[in-house]
Amino acid sequence: MARITLEDLAHTYFDPAEGDVEWAVRRLDLEWADGGAFALLGPSGCGKTTLLNIMSGLLRPTRGRILFDDRDVTGLSPEARNIAQVFQFPVVYDTMSVYDNIAFPLRNRGMAEAEIAPRVAEIAELTELTPMLRQRAAGLTADGKQKISLARGLVRPDVNLVMFDEPLTVIDPHLKWVLRSKLRELHQRVRTTMIYVTHDQTEALTFADQVVVMNAGEVVQIGTPVELFEQPQHTFVGHFIGSPGMNVLPAKIENGTALFGGQPVEVANPVAAAEGVVELGIRPEFVRFAPTGIPATVTNVADAGRYRIIDTESRGHSIKLLVDEGEPIPSGAVNLGFAPGQTRLYRDGWLIGGAGR
Amino acid sequence: MNKTADNRAWLLVTPVVLLVAFNALIPLMTVVNYSVQETFGDNTFFWSGVTWFEQVLRDPRFHGALGRQLFFTGTILLIEIPLGVAIALTMPRRGTWVSVCLVLMALPLLIPWNVVGAMWNIMALPDIGLLGHTLNSMGIDYNYTRQPVSAWVTLIAMDVWHWTSLVVLLAYAGLVSIPEAYYQAAKIDGAKPWAVFRYIQLPKMKRVLTIAVLLRFMDSFMIYTEPSVLTGGGPGSSTTLLSIDLVKTALGQFDLGPAAATSLVYFLIVLAVSWIFYTLMMRTEES
Repeated sequence: MARITLEDLAHTYFDPAEGDVEWAVRRLDLEWADGGAFALLGPSGCGKTTLLNIMSGLLRPTRGRILFDDRDVTGLSPEARNIAQVFQFPVVYDTMSVYDNIAFPLRNRGMAEAEIAPRVAEIAELTELTPMLRQRAAGLTADGKQKISLARGLVRPDVNLVMFDEPLTVIDPHLKWVLRSKLRELHQRVRTTMIYVTHDQTEALTFADQVVVMNAGEVVQIGTPVELFEQPQHTFVGHFIGSPGMNVLPAKIENGTALFGGQPVEVANPVAAAEGVVELGIRPEFVRFAPTGIPATVTNVADAGRYRIIDTESRGHSIKLLVDEGEPIPSGAVNLGFAPGQTRLYRDGWLIGGAGR
Repeated sequence: MNKTADNRAWLLVTPVVLLVAFNALIPLMTVVNYSVQETFGDNTFFWSGVTWFEQVLRDPRFHGALGRQLFFTGTILLIEIPLGVAIALTMPRRGTWVSVCLVLMALPLLIPWNVVGAMWNIMALPDIGLLGHTLNSMGIDYNYTRQPVSAWVTLIAMDVWHWTSLVVLLAYAGLVSIPEAYYQAAKIDGAKPWAVFRYIQLPKMKRVLTIAVLLRFMDSFMIYTEPSVLTGGGPGSSTTLLSIDLVKTALGQFDLGPAAATSLVYFLIVLAVSWIFYTLMMRTEES
């Protein structure tokens, strides 16, 4: 087990000497505490997998260092780093039995068969593979194969880090839920540092204590699921997390008051003045129909079960709000009220007064 | 779903039925016809039952040709399959060299078979051929027109040169289809190169290698043109393979009955071995 530190990390798949190249990972300073359950969340192409491969040692970063505790492992092979990785598509050694698959990393390291047997038995018990140990790995279903991949990672007694690269992509929906809670439970038991990469917010928020949100090669926010929901540090986080995402509206600051379409809006983080692009962020959960407020027109109502998602339009901008089941919905011209404690100002995408840059 | 039943649809398969009839069924039945009859020329035939089959199966000449054929096919399979896999493993998986390698590999396959035979025939001539002359000037007594061993070595070298490429291309296709994640997982599991080959590459190549073995078995078992041009079955009958023997019987001696019987036995051997091999490979796949 180890604390993992990324120092000034950057990576490009092009030659950085050529000057203006595209960076898959821009600039990253990050610390993963020992024994934590983390999720790395971001849209496709944001650099998640690149970052994962850098940490596992499959890729060497263009710039920066990786430390396991205080040991620099930047130049070390995956084997020397002693990490495990579960891939998007299950990787099993087809010709071997489930038992041999799990024992494979130990045999490669020259462990004696007498030591291997109890170790495999223990991990098989943990991953619920015991009844299948004698079967050929090729015959298992996708979720069974992912369990084997996981077991191969956990079987090494001194593994520093287990990484999951969108491991539930090929799993049936009803099994996804089972496997996800299984992973959570496994983490509670083994307490190995685990990093779970995904673009699915539900997977990230249910698995992790700490979620790292990435966009375009950068970390935009690190926080608990609650923090990400309640205090998005960037409009991207507000939009990416939540269903539907945060409403982001253009705003102006005049004499210390935030204005949307010329109308004052009370915000949680007022500022005297701000340069650049100023925006208001408010989650649909915190928008209400009100007797007075922002004038808008209801354009669509979608039933999502316990609540309804209302689309409204105000001055050419769409504002979504959630209304509980059974509550009446006014039609035509309405007024909207924003909860002041949950309405925030953003400048160039970043929360004003927040921890971002 | 409602199925429309209309027997006129059978008409649509008529072209293929006719095609198969003319290029396979009718010629095959002609051979069957010859194999159970005796003729003394002038187009008169007499029923002779299984006489020809009995004669062929007891004939030491047929036994000899079959033995040489099995030896030839076995030897080239033992050389070409491992060699092809080894070459495929060393080929680059990406980059500009991929197409260069593929074209170089495909070249021998594009040369007409009788040209291959003629090329090797001339190249191996002990007095003027590049290969033959070089070997002799190195002090190796080499003359493929007189020594059976030299003839065999040349024959096998020619086939390896001509057909290993096919195995390489098939094995390469199998190799490049292995997802990168397998190699990454193997790295993380600390697998050594031999383990990667044994547990990832070889199992993933199994299907294409099955096809490679089958193709090479059938092709080499029926080989005619190249050895016929190279050695003509000689010296003596030392390189007379089944097909060469068959042509001698059928066209040289005009023994239609025994030739037809030999053909059928020959055909059944190829069919049976291919079927057994394929079934065995597919059975291990399923279990």
